[in-house]
Amino acid sequence: METFIALIPAIPLFSFLILALFGKKLSRKVAGFIGAGSVGVVALLTLIVAAEFFKSLPGIKSYSVVLWEWINAGNLKVNIAFRLDALSLVFAFVVTFVGFLIHLYSIGFMAKDEGFTRFFAYMNLFVASMLILVLADNILLMYLGWEGVGLCSYLLIGFWYKVPANGYAARKAFIITRIGDTAMIIGIFILFLNFGTFNIQEMMQLASENWVAGSSVAVLTAALLLGGALGKSAQLPLQTWLPDAMAGPSPVSALIHAATMVTAGVYLVARTHVLFSLAPIVQSAIAVIGALTLLIAGFSALTQHDLKRILAYSTISQIGYMFLALGVGAWSAAVFHFMIHAFFKALLFLGAGIVILVLHEEHDIFKMGGLRKKMPVVFITFLIGAASLSALPLITAGFYSKDEILWYAFSSPKGSLLLWIAGIVGAFLTALYSFRMIFITFYGKAKTEPAFKAGKLMTVPLMVLAVLSLIGGFVEMPDSFGNIHPFSDLIENTLPAIVLKAGASQELLFQLLSAIIALTGIYLAYLLYFKKSAFAESFSQTWIYKFFYKGWGFDKLYDSLFVKPIVWLAEIDKNDFIDWWSIGLSRLTLFVNRLISPTQNGKLRWYLMSFVIGIALILTYMIYK
Amino acid sequence: MLSVPIETQIMFAGILFFLGLVGVLVRRNLVFMLMSIEVMFNSAGLVFIIAARHWNQPDGQVMFIFILAVTAVEVAIGLALILQIYHHYKTLDVDAINKLKDNK
Repeated sequence: METFIALIPAIPLFSFLILALFGKKLSRKVAGFIGAGSVGVVALLTLIVAAEFFKSLPGIKSYSVVLWEWINAGNLKVNIAFRLDALSLVFAFVVTFVGFLIHLYSIGFMAKDEGFTRFFAYMNLFVASMLILVLADNILLMYLGWEGVGLCSYLLIGFWYKVPANGYAARKAFIITRIGDTAMIIGIFILFLNFGTFNIQEMMQLASENWVAGSSVAVLTAALLLGGALGKSAQLPLQTWLPDAMAGPSPVSALIHAATMVTAGVYLVARTHVLFSLAPIVQSAIAVIGALTLLIAGFSALTQHDLKRILAYSTISQIGYMFLALGVGAWSAAVFHFMIHAFFKALLFLGAGIVILVLHEEHDIFKMGGLRKKMPVVFITFLIGAASLSALPLITAGFYSKDEILWYAFSSPKGSLLLWIAGIVGAFLTALYSFRMIFITFYGKAKTEPAFKAGKLMTVPLMVLAVLSLIGGFVEMPDSFGNIHPFSDLIENTLPAIVLKAGASQELLFQLLSAIIALTGIYLAYLLYFKKSAFAESFSQTWIYKFFYKGWGFDKLYDSLFVKPIVWLAEIDKNDFIDWWSIGLSRLTLFVNRLISPTQNGKLRWYLMSFVIGIALILTYMIYK
Repeated sequence: MLSVPIETQIMFAGILFFLGLVGVLVRRNLVFMLMSIEVMFNSAGLVFIIAARHWNQPDGQVMFIFILAVTAVEVAIGLALILQIYHHYKTLDVDAINKLKDNK
């Protein structure tokens, strides 16, 4: 068991090394086999580990394995050590399993790309880093994985680096997440200064014993850690990088910018939930940030033209739901929505990837249309994904996960009616933009002809994910309907269960409301975009539409608030005294160079003559000294 | 045996050295320059011989044999270079061979 846990991050790291070092010598077939195969093996290992884990429940709730000492300097002792509990098991399962399906798909998707082995090397490095992140025993090793996934995200967004815009998007993603990471590492230092350890369990134990709830140090640390989570998970106010991150290949968007990396913030908050319980203000802030983000991103998704940007805003919005759940203390609901979201969002991105690929890199949904008959497999799986995203009642997994969050947003002691209203408006928006996407892309008149049919390697992962997006929800059914919850039972081995506030009992009513809202959203999308009402046309001319389209103007705001002042400052500060000094030095060097360089005239006899004169001078000096 | 004062002997070596030096400086043909360098070498060797005789020590003669060996090597390398230079430039004029200069 312990060996298997250590092997889970080690295998993709090893295959990354093989691909990175010997990639040029490997044929595409071998590289694809190593790249996808290693993740497949790890997915299998995770299943074995999960089976063992379930067998030992409820006796043993976590497994630890210490590999070796990483840093040992005075008080600072850090091990390379992994720890598996219910939370990391769910994350590891999603990373490896969804990751494997996406790797399989990538073999087909990237088949004609010149950077084939480079792509798989980066992807394997990503999977390894992500597994280190979720399995790490101490927060420093977790930070290593955290920065590792950030690096891979940067490398893969700018994968097609010959287009300057892609490199720009990659740098933007890297810099904005770095703002959050800086806050996070300061928070980690505060924790270490106070407790003298990096071990997450010990830290949390000591924090709950020594820190008073609501004390300023607890609030400060929790807020700093939250900063890291906000950057990574693209939440307000650091959300602007994710829509631009769609410059990367579609499998990257599916794996990194939908299913796994962007949910690392959710993992961080859930992992350090003790701290956030000690800082109720910060936890309430998480709920508010989640609610605001899901609304802002929902409105933006409604107006996008680019298929992948719709999905990007939708991802921001869905992670907003997860943060809302974290904020009201519904830990297991957040993790549940993470898992289901990974299924259907990966499915949607992979489907969108096929659509974009066969239409010659056409991203604009208004230039698509009528694809329903041309690519039935993609259409049906995409429809299932969109239905799950918009939480179509009863049959889709998305309904069960989102409904749970909505219910807790109201019924938890930290919940309120306002949070619930934000969530329900967001659910309405989700249904609306999901089916706007479906109706415009797949119905209506065909505007672009598909170039070829997607192969089995690309469609089979879609089908598997579609099945999961439907039946994945049945591991957790609400009290009023089914009342089976093995998933939250599993998670509650690690995270505390939610306690409802007194008098919250109308769950069925709330579920009916959210079901009606989702169906209304779909119907409205049908009216507006299938029937082509004039309102949709005139709405797209209004200023508010453009405001939403630009992502609420956050880019422009940050540009004029931070970028322009810094550029301006750099511009006027070009001639300060430090510059004088360095410029003067270079001028002096150039002057001396001009003075002396004519002596190097290439005439041998001239050189000899100067030797002789020099020797004569030295001899004269020595004799008459 | 005719006895020449040591000052005269060293003066003679000095004149020889100066002739060689002038030869290196004024000649433009590489072969002649090499020959002039040989003259300078020999004058230095001559000083060793003079010193050896003056103090009745064999070390100076050993040194001269040593210099002889070094000059032989130097001539071999120098001639090989001159041959290559001639192949390349079709001339032995040292002023024409001035590619190693500042390009301004």
